Amino acid sequence: MKDLSAVGRTRPSLLRSIFTTDDRAIGIHYLLLSLIAVAAGTLLSLAMRTQLAWPGIRWPLHGPMLPEEYLSLVTMHGTLMVFFVLTTAPQSGFANLVLPQQIGARRMALPWLNALGFWIVALALIVLLSAFLLPAGGPIAGWTNYPPLSAIASAGPGQGGGMDCWLVSIGLFCIGSWFSAINVLVTVLSERARGMTLGRMPLTVWSWFVSSLLILLAFTVLFAALLLLFCDRHFGTAFFIPQGDWISGQVVGHGDGSPLLWLHLFWFFGHPEVYIAILPGMGLASSLFANFSRRPIVGYRMMAGATVLIGLLGFVVWGHHMFVSGMNPYAGTAFALTTMAIAVPSTAEVFSWLGTLWGGGLRRTTPMLFALGFLSLFIAGGVTGPILALPALDQYLHNTFFVVAHFHLIMAMAGAFSIFAGVYYWFPLMTGRLMSERLGRWHFWLSLIAAYGTFFPMHLEGLAGRPRHYAQVTGSTSSLASLLPMERGVTWAAFVLGAAQLLFLVNLLWSARRGALAGDNPWLATTLEWQPTHAPIRVERGPYEYHSGTSDADFTPQWETASQQE
Amino acid sequence: MPATFTPRSVVDVDRERKDPGFGGRPPVDRRPTGGGGGDENWDHHRHGRGPRALLTRYRMGIFSALAGDLMFFMALVTAFFFRQSSGHFDGHGAYILDWHRLDIPPILYLNTAILILSSVTMEMARRQLFHEVDVMEEWLGMGRPAARRAAPWLAATVALGIAFLVGQWMAWKDLASQGFFFASNPSSHFFYLITGAHGAHLILGVLALVAALAALSLLHRMELRQIFVDCTAWYWHSMGIFWVFLFSLLVFFQ
Amino acid sequence: MPHVSTLCEFSLQSSWWMPPNAAAHGVAVDRLMRWDMAAMAACFLLANVLLVWLFLRPRRAPSAPSTWRVELVPLGLLVVLYIVMAVTAEHLWARGRFEGAAPAALHVEVVAQQFQWYFHYPGTDATYGASRPQLVNAALGNPIGLDPADQHGKDDIVASELVLPVNREVDLQLRSLDVIHGFFVPEMRLKQNAVPGATLHVHFTPIREGSYPILCSQVCGSGHARMQARMRVVSPSAYDAWLASRAKRVAQ
Repeated sequence: MKDLSAVGRTRPSLLRSIFTTDDRAIGIHYLLLSLIAVAAGTLLSLAMRTQLAWPGIRWPLHGPMLPEEYLSLVTMHGTLMVFFVLTTAPQSGFANLVLPQQIGARRMALPWLNALGFWIVALALIVLLSAFLLPAGGPIAGWTNYPPLSAIASAGPGQGGGMDCWLVSIGLFCIGSWFSAINVLVTVLSERARGMTLGRMPLTVWSWFVSSLLILLAFTVLFAALLLLFCDRHFGTAFFIPQGDWISGQVVGHGDGSPLLWLHLFWFFGHPEVYIAILPGMGLASSLFANFSRRPIVGYRMMAGATVLIGLLGFVVWGHHMFVSGMNPYAGTAFALTTMAIAVPSTAEVFSWLGTLWGGGLRRTTPMLFALGFLSLFIAGGVTGPILALPALDQYLHNTFFVVAHFHLIMAMAGAFSIFAGVYYWFPLMTGRLMSERLGRWHFWLSLIAAYGTFFPMHLEGLAGRPRHYAQVTGSTSSLASLLPMERGVTWAAFVLGAAQLLFLVNLLWSARRGALAGDNPWLATTLEWQPTHAPIRVERGPYEYHSGTSDADFTPQWETASQQE
Repeated sequence: MPATFTPRSVVDVDRERKDPGFGGRPPVDRRPTGGGGGDENWDHHRHGRGPRALLTRYRMGIFSALAGDLMFFMALVTAFFFRQSSGHFDGHGAYILDWHRLDIPPILYLNTAILILSSVTMEMARRQLFHEVDVMEEWLGMGRPAARRAAPWLAATVALGIAFLVGQWMAWKDLASQGFFFASNPSSHFFYLITGAHGAHLILGVLALVAALAALSLLHRMELRQIFVDCTAWYWHSMGIFWVFLFSLLVFFQ
Repeated sequence: MPHVSTLCEFSLQSSWWMPPNAAAHGVAVDRLMRWDMAAMAACFLLANVLLVWLFLRPRRAPSAPSTWRVELVPLGLLVVLYIVMAVTAEHLWARGRFEGAAPAALHVEVVAQQFQWYFHYPGTDATYGASRPQLVNAALGNPIGLDPADQHGKDDIVASELVLPVNREVDLQLRSLDVIHGFFVPEMRLKQNAVPGATLHVHFTPIREGSYPILCSQVCGSGHARMQARMRVVSPSAYDAWLASRAKRVAQ
């Protein structure tokens, strides 16, 4: 009782704990925000899948889904998942939760900027979701929002207020994530503890650092593009609207704007964005593979180098989204070659992971399962990368479901699996408890099978020529009706995938209250976030010193001095 | 009680507060930065503990922010060149460019001079705050000579900054009176967009300058006063450099 | 398991692969696609079998395999594979796109608008009539805004299906009136966006008679999914007959 009252006295007020500048609390805030976004995004995707499998099905209180409603679901699903889940959770969420401790810092370098960043991102989410409340509904042009469709309100329902909500929301998101990236960069550069040299940083820190650099340089370009589009929409400029553009019976184009300019600016941001989403997952997977196979990561220097190289090359491959967009075909060749080049460091990372697993004895804990699932899905999505990078083949596959399968496997599913791995692994840092292994295993196997069941058949649909963004494959004019059974199969798998996530929610809620107490270092890990509190921080060695796997004392944590080891 | 909701207990925070965090030395540090040592040389480096650690941290922050901002302006410049070369074919198969050179209002030359001058006054203000004798005195609590010397320079910078903004406004008025508005033609799109985006940055800069002026008398810690003025100064200088580039873009590359 | 059963059903109804090729350049595209898919599927299977084996293998003390063996050698092999893939594919891309169509090619203009494809044949004078967006009015029979004042436009044919003679190269000139559309004919192994404000060319040679769907591959608004047209590849004589019948209608 005495202890409790002491805690009660010193506990900050509710308001203060919400508007905190404490990085761990902000990390948890980010993760909760992503949880809301991912729940919304998943429900949207299940609604889409239902419409595709049973076109024209009557929804309770609504009736059949209109094509523009389907397209606004697609747009919102993509935007929520890419920005508010895959960028927010691994980059801002986990970095805030773990990064300061992993480098032995007391706190983030710029805590108030960090907190400000979070609240701007939260506001951005509210603005985005409010588009659904507008009478005309959400924007319908997909998350890439190519003009003139996105530049002219009369081009489609939802392209008025809904599109403005999208622009304002993503503009805010740019600013918020820009702030948090500055914070991470400065923290890594200036707040490392004594002895935490660059060569001793865990690979997660390397990934967050490179991702932050990408955010800094890419999101500002997106912001400029959003500004130009906003001017086109509201101030009568012609950056993206071409001469004589004719929409809904009216000539709206009055200057020689170029839609291709948007594509270039957008994908200059868009491709680094993909790496922002997946690099933290790659770093985490590296750490988990080392930890749960009880041996050092193979080629640490090469891994760090590959991370940096992927980040740099990520800025020169944007044109591979534009092979058939009307870009100069010679530029297509150049971008194809840079894209093949970026496959090399990615492949090197995969071999490094396989090598680490090869030499180790695996411990099949839930975080490790999810890390292995990440690797499997990363390979599954990765092997189609070099195919899509070839313009000769992309001129068939571009914007078909083959592409949908590719990026859902490598970015969405691999990303989600790494987020799950992170949550299972770092849950003790949030609650002091471990998550249930039994529920975790069920969650993993169901998710893995359902993820393959959902996204693998999409390759076949894409090969059969099924384009993206189609509200239905049937209809009087459709040539794709024979794909309907396949659509149904995908939908059933998607339902299983969605339902499996309920296990995760149950696990979260149950384990936060009833989970086994974790103790100081439940995973026998070497990195600093597991250092017992109040010990002096001085880093003595590299991040992955695991030795044999024969006993529990087979590792040397980074904080352990040579004398302690003896 | 799960650890989440008592993140880094309050006891811990108190301990941090007691730690001055900059070694209890005055914020003048004339050792060569980095101590000549590499990454491994921790004993000489005293990483994160020196008297100027906070300053270094905030400088890094402002420089990364400015790197991102530079990309923002680079994107606008890229759009400028892209847009300049985009046209259409008319009915007779001739390629028509709708870009027409916009005559730059002459007042912009004056504005540019004002902005460069303001950078000089800003630098003077910044130097005052790092003047060693004064800093020592101020740190020892014997008045605020550095702040006192810096304040007039800062005030001058504010005045020049506002003069620049007014000048930009007059340039807009000038163009508008000639019938060139934001939506008129592509070169006027870019003229207004570039001056507008830069002007928005300068408004933030002027606000930061005013805040820095207030900070000189309000902030109690010497190093915070230094940081405030220092970061504002780097921001201001960068905006000056950005402007010179953007201005030469508008003058020479239309 | 409904999933498995629908998959089986699917395999009976439809193909597991691209629809049969009908274009001259498609033969090479298909060959390349087969090889690259096979290579990548092999990589996928190999890696995942290895992963499963590593997972199921009983726990044992870690050993330190040489970085050289587990990492650099396979990486080198894959780099060679990537280079081969890139070179062969770029060769194909260059052949199809770096040069325009031969002078003898048939010219057709494709005009996209929300949510319709129109095909504009230049007629006997082999010159497209000028068009202006202000004149677009589908209800009055001028869906692409042909200018009646232009003599070149008098003999032009505007159709809603693309009729082509077999074995003759076609030069398509793509235009869009409003937003970006994607011109996609799976059987022709061909896709190119139609971008407003730009005129883009693609060329190909249909080698098999038949009727093929033309799809829109770039989201263009609420009617995107139903924006479909047909491409009919017919014998040269049938093409001439069709052209003559359309020309007669235009003359009236």
